[in-house]
Amino acid sequence: MAYTEEELKKELETKEYEYGFYTDIESDTFPVGLNEDIVRAISKKKEEPGWMTEWRVEAFRAWEQMKEPEWANIHYEKPDFQKISYYSAPKKKDKYNSLDEVDPELLDTFNKLGISLEEQKRLAGVAIDVVMDSVSVATTFRETLAEKGIIFCSISEAIREYPELVKKYIGTVVPQRDNFYAALNSAVFSDGSFCYIPEGVRCPMELSTYFRINQAGTGQFERTLVIADKGSYVSYLEGCTAPMRDENQLHAAVVELIALDDAEIKYSTVQNWFPGGKDGKGGVFNFVTKRGLCETNAKISWTQVETGSAITWKYPSCVLKGDHSVGEFYSIAVTNNYQQADTGTKMIHLGKNTRSTIISKGISAGKSQNSYRGLVQVNSRAANARNFSQCDSLLMGNNCGAHTFPYIEAKNKTAQIEHEATTSKIGEDQIFYCNQRGIDTEKAIALIVNGFSKEVLNKLPMEFAVEAQKLLEISLEGSVG
Amino acid sequence: MLKINNLHAGVEGKEILKGIDLEVNAGEVHAIMGPNGSGKSTLSSVIAGKEEFEVTGGEILFEGEDVDELAAEERAHKGIFLSFQYPVEIPGVSVTNFMRTAINETRKARGLEEMPASEMLKKIREKSELLEIDRNFLSRSLNEGFSGGEKKRNEIFQMAMLEPRLAILDETDSGLDIDALRIVSNGVNKLRSKDNAVIVITHYQRLLDYIVPDFVHVLLDGKIVKSGTAELAHVLEEKGYDWIKQEKVSN
Repeated sequence: MAYTEEELKKELETKEYEYGFYTDIESDTFPVGLNEDIVRAISKKKEEPGWMTEWRVEAFRAWEQMKEPEWANIHYEKPDFQKISYYSAPKKKDKYNSLDEVDPELLDTFNKLGISLEEQKRLAGVAIDVVMDSVSVATTFRETLAEKGIIFCSISEAIREYPELVKKYIGTVVPQRDNFYAALNSAVFSDGSFCYIPEGVRCPMELSTYFRINQAGTGQFERTLVIADKGSYVSYLEGCTAPMRDENQLHAAVVELIALDDAEIKYSTVQNWFPGGKDGKGGVFNFVTKRGLCETNAKISWTQVETGSAITWKYPSCVLKGDHSVGEFYSIAVTNNYQQADTGTKMIHLGKNTRSTIISKGISAGKSQNSYRGLVQVNSRAANARNFSQCDSLLMGNNCGAHTFPYIEAKNKTAQIEHEATTSKIGEDQIFYCNQRGIDTEKAIALIVNGFSKEVLNKLPMEFAVEAQKLLEISLEGSVG
Repeated sequence: MLKINNLHAGVEGKEILKGIDLEVNAGEVHAIMGPNGSGKSTLSSVIAGKEEFEVTGGEILFEGEDVDELAAEERAHKGIFLSFQYPVEIPGVSVTNFMRTAINETRKARGLEEMPASEMLKKIREKSELLEIDRNFLSRSLNEGFSGGEKKRNEIFQMAMLEPRLAILDETDSGLDIDALRIVSNGVNKLRSKDNAVIVITHYQRLLDYIVPDFVHVLLDGKIVKSGTAELAHVLEEKGYDWIKQEKVSN
């Protein structure tokens, strides 16, 4: 039974929430529903300073006034935000000092996901900040990074230990009231990752976060903040899986990237959340706001492979504020069965001689709908801005859809903007050709899809590219024939 | 090796092959000639197992086994190769990658390990030299932007790589200039052995000057109406198909 409002207030007053409401079950989870008290309770539970609490409350108040956006080419039953629990943490409160202390069941889950920490630890070059159901439970390689002055930790920890950095940058790229989901995230974000690369430092390894949703009925609100100080470089990997669920799960993350002068951030995502069953039942609702800010001569590159989620609403964007800054977006979005994706990017050219590249590959199968939506905006100040966009769609079968919505707004005469788009279909002839060479239909599709996606796959770090390639194959299994 | 008995087949209820009998033994080269619409390409597609064609009667035996229930890739694994009249493009998939996948899938089906990279490389080098193929060509996307001649040469390169028991060359000569024709024919001739067989499907006698067949069959309206030796092709060249049509009528 859920708590009533009255009971909840009482609980909050008696501070019992510090020890969790559900001490008898595996994780401690807040009762469902959202109000200002819940927002304050989350902040308190995470031992946040007062400014953070107020920041969240401000966001919540803005959110209350906002309406869910309806312009995207997606159709779904809107989540009831009062039926979601906004906080869920693994039962152990303490951080682990070594793997031996970690719950064996948790380790088992990681192994199933193919991310054994033991193996990862040996695999030099990848440090992992694992987010399990909203709260970080393990961090590796922290010390190696610390030697270079690199901070890589959970955002909760960053709020406690590096408040000045967080306070300075959080919400500067994605303001609290940016959009409905960003406002919601700002109010209730449970955890996420924080990364700071000091001036002139080249991060020696790929920073990698694996996170997943594993608690039915709990929303997931990740918040990521990456700051690359002047002249620094970092490559950040984000990958996720989710177990089977019958209910829809809401996910509304916010990722903010800040690339100061001459800095470069490469942000790669492989997203494989539960897409719903073959009948279109269940699946994750993914409403994400990702945006990066480039100062002078800085570069931000987004690469994403999106195969999961029932609904994807996601537009990783670049604000090219500084002169000579560069924004890139490379995307593969796969939809199968009843999945719907409305994804793309925004390239906002503010500085002079700014450049952006957009390569989007949409693959639709089954009864899915796949839309590219992109905005290229050239400000009046942005002399000699250049953009190249290429949007390719690949269709499989006769019941899916591919849509392209490119928006171009140029307010400077010197702007050069190119847009190319193609739509093709995997033909019976292509499949038969492969079959005749001894390649079965599943493999043939994988081959054709990988060929189609090659330009984007090539942008991923090696180990991620292999994983992504496998994912493409799995996602399209049984989609033809 | 291949035995076709009274084969009837068609597409969407329309019968195209109306009782084909054909026997091809190891070491032989057969040419199938006939005018447009006589069913030549249908025959090659049916042997290769293209799904849109329906076999309504008769049987195809390959190495004594009825292939009717076998999928196209399974027939390929058994050693049936089709050089396509119109090879399709697969963007982003290099010739090398495609060949590696095809070879390893076939090996897997035969219970073999993947071919070691060094062996693969050696083979690619050897076969590309045989067909006078530039190495840069192998890194290009399969058939994308290839000229007609390049496409056909690529088909024969694939045949050389896969070393089939039975190769069916469907109009391999169309779109080839005289130099390309010579290179392709030369390649095919070098690949001939006592263990494999080739079926050459063509409109014209021209190709048969280079790849000399042991037998020539004339396909007309879904039936083989005449069979003979290489000499038959010359007679056809001289007299045209009308001669056979008339002969058929008078019979």
